Amino acid sequence: MSEQLTVKTMQQFMAEGKQPEILFWVGSAGSYDDRAKKITRAFVKLLNKAKVDFAVLGSEESSTGDVAKRAGNEFLFQMQAMMNIQLLNGYEIKRIVTCDPHSFNTLKNEYPGLGGKYEVVHHTQFLKELLDSGRLTIEGEKYKGKRITFHDPCYLGRANSVFEAPRDVLSKTNAELVEMKRHKSRALCCGAGGAQMFKEPEKGDMDINVLRTKDALETQPNIIATGCPYCNTMMTDGIKAHEKEDSVSVMDVAELLANSI
Amino acid sequence: MQYLPNILFLIALIGGIGFFVKNVKKLARNIKLGKDVDVSDHKPQRWRNMVRIALGQSKMVVRPVAGLMHIIVYVGFIIINIEVLEIILDGILGTHRLFSPLGGLYDFLIGSFEVLALLVIVAVTIFWIRRNIIRLKRFIKPEMKGWPKKDGNMILYIEFVLMVLFLTMNAADFQLQQSGAEHYTQAGAFPVSQFLLPLMDGLSISTLVIIERTAWWLHILGILTFLNYLYYSKHLHILLAFPNTYYGKVKPQGEFNNLESVTNEVKLMMDPSADPFAAPPADAPVPEKFGASDVMDLNWVQLLNAYTCTECGRCTSECPANQTGKKLSPRKIMMDTRDRLEEVGKVMDANKGTFVSDGKQLLDDYISREELWACTTCNACVQACPVSIDPLSIIMEMRRFLVMEQSAAPSELNVMMSNIENNGAPWPYNQMDRLNWVNE
Repeated sequence: MSEQLTVKTMQQFMAEGKQPEILFWVGSAGSYDDRAKKITRAFVKLLNKAKVDFAVLGSEESSTGDVAKRAGNEFLFQMQAMMNIQLLNGYEIKRIVTCDPHSFNTLKNEYPGLGGKYEVVHHTQFLKELLDSGRLTIEGEKYKGKRITFHDPCYLGRANSVFEAPRDVLSKTNAELVEMKRHKSRALCCGAGGAQMFKEPEKGDMDINVLRTKDALETQPNIIATGCPYCNTMMTDGIKAHEKEDSVSVMDVAELLANSI
Repeated sequence: MQYLPNILFLIALIGGIGFFVKNVKKLARNIKLGKDVDVSDHKPQRWRNMVRIALGQSKMVVRPVAGLMHIIVYVGFIIINIEVLEIILDGILGTHRLFSPLGGLYDFLIGSFEVLALLVIVAVTIFWIRRNIIRLKRFIKPEMKGWPKKDGNMILYIEFVLMVLFLTMNAADFQLQQSGAEHYTQAGAFPVSQFLLPLMDGLSISTLVIIERTAWWLHILGILTFLNYLYYSKHLHILLAFPNTYYGKVKPQGEFNNLESVTNEVKLMMDPSADPFAAPPADAPVPEKFGASDVMDLNWVQLLNAYTCTECGRCTSECPANQTGKKLSPRKIMMDTRDRLEEVGKVMDANKGTFVSDGKQLLDDYISREELWACTTCNACVQACPVSIDPLSIIMEMRRFLVMEQSAAPSELNVMMSNIENNGAPWPYNQMDRLNWVNE
């Protein structure tokens, strides 16, 4: 068993008659996927360290419906969205942070039209806030001299123009940041978006994640950093396809930071 | 008889513009077949987008070589049109170089037109080489076979010929001016066409007049022909890029619209006081079709997008699915939408303006399901488009039709969706286990 985390649910806050500083939307991947759960834990470790008074929804949380929407099932998406909005509005949630760019995008852009208006930030933005305000400080030099390349998740970067926050956070680790040839608004997708994560790809001559990992490997990195649990899976599989899993690892920005404090 | 040229010119002008107007009306009618969509928001930002993206070519220069060449042709086209104004007035009034009293300014203008004409010739030559000798990948994709390829080259040929005619006309004029020919007063500066003078050496005045007049007539007739070629070509972007960038997406790229028709149904379902077995009121509207299977199901901005597409292929070359050999090509989505819309328009023309089902539709007859399901919704195509076209929105509308009207999602996606319905997650895990990560 790894170190103990302090996590409180909204129900507990309600019972105490308090409001949290921020709601952490864990998301389905962050709750169930073995790899993504490590990202969730790393992020919570940072929240604990910075003494952030945050809440989670726990078993009251349900899929945002984002992936159903991208698959074309607007009906299921809106059912999920309205259920979640009832819950969030009931708790009078004002501010939400999430490690999943897909949840981030739909909560921030698509929920307001259905009655769910919140300030939504991606965890890299929130971590930057904590670092800038001095609530979190980097002490270790674990990644000094390591080459890190950041893969922009489509729904964080191109879709919402968040390019600098993850890079700013990464630069604090003292690692050497190297950019792939196509990055920021022209970054190539990892191949998971649009519900592709849940189906086999159509016939082609290559898998998208293998192509994107090739982009990353061209920078000779020690670590490929991402800010999305789905990108993480795709890039990890891509590394295996290139047989580089022994020399290159795929890590979330939150994990790299958690290892540096 | 002395007014014969003026009359012929007027006939050509009115005929050329008249035919163009007729086609523009057809274009407008076809675009209006699309559903209504509210685009009255974000006005200042829309104007800024038009100025920056269409007028300022900001997205063209993302690819510097093509961008620079394109700006030359674009600036050349706009500025040389000042000369076309003079040509038209000369044609109507029977004058020659009507603006020449402008003196020094006139010399400067004509001189600039000549330099631009030369640059345009260089640029279209490079464009032609890129398409036909270097054969850049995005110009030889499957959807570019046949007419699209011919169309692309045809535009370059016409532009090349128009510029050569313009310079030939000026060269002959310059030679006539130097020979002191009647009507050919000294006017204009000819920094480029002066180099053509050796070709005209020793020609009689009457021959030179014939050359000058022929080039003048072919040039203006060529322009009128080109104007009318637009409607049949991908080249409509020179006009439609402006409205298209104005009406383009002003929200974050990741924001997809929430279908209002669905919202109404979901609200009804979640309303505890609603009677699920109540018969709909007699005057209830026919339930709306979800998503799109044909062009009439799309909104008019999406149809405007289709007419605006100039098939440059930047979208397709940035598409992750296309780069990995999948059938999906965002450019083909736009070309198919336009082709189908044109077909619908022809059916309407043949049936006194009303559409009678021709047994075809955009889905399957043009765009296959395999293409639609290959999309990762990454927005690379939207980002790449230099004129704010949104192929992704059409893909999404068609997916919505497949899933909500036909229940025709790939089976793995059906599993994912029933998991969300049952457990609130795309995987088959218990919702009560959502917090297990805390103690793992």
